Amino acid sequence: MDVPAEQAWAVVSRADLLHLWFPGIVACTVDGDTRTITLGSGMSLAETLLTNDPLQRRFQYRIAGGLFAEHLGTIDVIALDEGRCLVVYSSDADPATMAVVLGGATGGALEELARQLETGAGPALDALSTATPTSTSTDGATA
Amino acid sequence: MGRKILFITTDQQRYDTLGCNGGQLSRTPVVDGLAAEGIRYERAVPQSVVCMPSRSTMLTGQYPSTHGVWMNGVALPVDAPSVAAVLHRAGYRTALVGKPHFEPFLDPFGRFPENTIARDGLPTAQTRWADGTIGPHRGFDHLELATHSPAGNLHYARWMMEHHVDALGGFYAVLDKDLEVNADGGGDTGAPQVKVNPVARDWYHTDWVADRTIAWLDGLAADDDWFCWMSFPDPHHPWDPPASELGRVDWRDVPLPAGYPASPRERECVLDGKPRHWRLWYDGELVSNYEAPTKWVPATMTADQVREVNAVNAVEVELIDEAIGRVVAAVAARGWDDDLDVVVTTDHGELQGDFGLLFKGPYHVDGLMRLPLVWRPAPSARVAPAAVTRPVGLVDLAPTFCSIAGLAAEPWMQGQALPVDDGDAEARGFQRVLTEWDSELFGVAVHLRTITRDGWVCTTYRPGTVHDGTEGELYDLADDPLQQVNRWDDPAGRAIRDDLVADLHDHLPPVRVPRLPLEAPV
Repeated sequence: MDVPAEQAWAVVSRADLLHLWFPGIVACTVDGDTRTITLGSGMSLAETLLTNDPLQRRFQYRIAGGLFAEHLGTIDVIALDEGRCLVVYSSDADPATMAVVLGGATGGALEELARQLETGAGPALDALSTATPTSTSTDGATA
Repeated sequence: MGRKILFITTDQQRYDTLGCNGGQLSRTPVVDGLAAEGIRYERAVPQSVVCMPSRSTMLTGQYPSTHGVWMNGVALPVDAPSVAAVLHRAGYRTALVGKPHFEPFLDPFGRFPENTIARDGLPTAQTRWADGTIGPHRGFDHLELATHSPAGNLHYARWMMEHHVDALGGFYAVLDKDLEVNADGGGDTGAPQVKVNPVARDWYHTDWVADRTIAWLDGLAADDDWFCWMSFPDPHHPWDPPASELGRVDWRDVPLPAGYPASPRERECVLDGKPRHWRLWYDGELVSNYEAPTKWVPATMTADQVREVNAVNAVEVELIDEAIGRVVAAVAARGWDDDLDVVVTTDHGELQGDFGLLFKGPYHVDGLMRLPLVWRPAPSARVAPAAVTRPVGLVDLAPTFCSIAGLAAEPWMQGQALPVDDGDAEARGFQRVLTEWDSELFGVAVHLRTITRDGWVCTTYRPGTVHDGTEGELYDLADDPLQQVNRWDDPAGRAIRDDLVADLHDHLPPVRVPRLPLEAPV
């Protein structure tokens, strides 16, 4: 992405903003190390937040339950130079079928993240001014 | 007023399941009657033998390489060309009732309009067309959707959930707990994807599709021109039609298909003459596509299981024929019959026991490649009944619909309007049809390109997981109608092989760039 790594990491590291740049996730709530996401189909999934490391710029979460026997999601933000970064969204999933579904969804999420960051406009950037994590949904409701 | 178009598709139906094509198991008097009044195509070939690429070809009039849906799970872009949009723009009322599958079904994120339209109970959504117009999704101003089971969010599933929730458990579970295509067996023989389903006949999706089509037609004005794609999910597996109908065909009376070599040794010999992935799948050592259950080994299939699958499939075909009869009668009751064009076909075939195999995959033989196709032109058009032996493709449907509507084919369409007889086919150059296969699931890559021409089917292989790109298949359809003798390496067939391969390469369609991503397994 044609933005500094710090800018991408500022969005990625905000666990409560995922639904603002991940198409197909319509709401999320963060409570301690648990994030509950609501998918576009109406399904809710509880995630355990594992890593939010500003030094490595690595964000990780795990899901066990629902459609997954096991799922580890990892987002790495890697600086390429002062003005560009590489964002890698990795999915390790069992059953493997879900890895294919996640691959499509995370691909869409990365495109949307790049769009917002590179244009400097979008709901995730707007929400960055919020000081503390809250529960929100894509229709603007705040819990 | 112009001509009305009733476009009827089934899913995964073989050519030889219709009485008019020589089928013996199913009684199909309605489609047989349409064929007698119209045109019956004896060599209709799909451009892909799986659902999403093939259906996208019907809608766009383009080959998979061009529209970009190279396999199930690749979504047809929302703004892809659509013949429904062309007809809508020309003033036609447009509907698709039944199975769409231009977008993935397995969609927990709700990313794709087919699923969100149905989830929200809407008739359509406003999306962007290929020309930039904002209009009803893909040109359909009415979508009422179903698939092979009442699971999920499509309209049929929601209707079942609302009205007949107690019947849901009678259907076969299409996916297993690992979200793979289920291998569980049922019926009397334990055949995979067979289940005795106690659901009432009029709650089953075949009758629901007909009922909802009639309901949509009932809402039209007498002078409306309309295009209705009525898309039955059957006879695609799972084979779980209403139990009340199973007595129509007793599997114990069903002969084994001609394409089913009787002994394991015969089957293995035939398969060993083909490229490696055929035998590897038979032995359960390689599954290359999601549509075949990974936990099922074809070599374990018994002759009785083949009989039962064919029997239950035949029941589903009969139910479809009767449902078509109800819709055609409803159209006639509106006084539209003289101006009604009916086109009946399917997206691809089913192996159904051929070579000891079931389901579908990268196997370009008649079971999957020879399709039922019947066009009953509007009686007012005064087209003489005929049988067309020249090869035609599903890529020719979109320009046919344009022609019926009095419109020129769009420049992005790659086929041409179907011929009305062999003389017309010869005059307009119907010589060859191509078929493509590209799969890359879980690290297993298979890539085929096939040409059907002059009574031959010739398949070339590109490098993949178990192919080095030198393999091929060559069948003489006249001398070897079951495609049991691969003549690719036969010196006597070398000249025709070289000619067909050169012709294939000369006619490969343009490739969409960039390549569309795989979004889901199906």
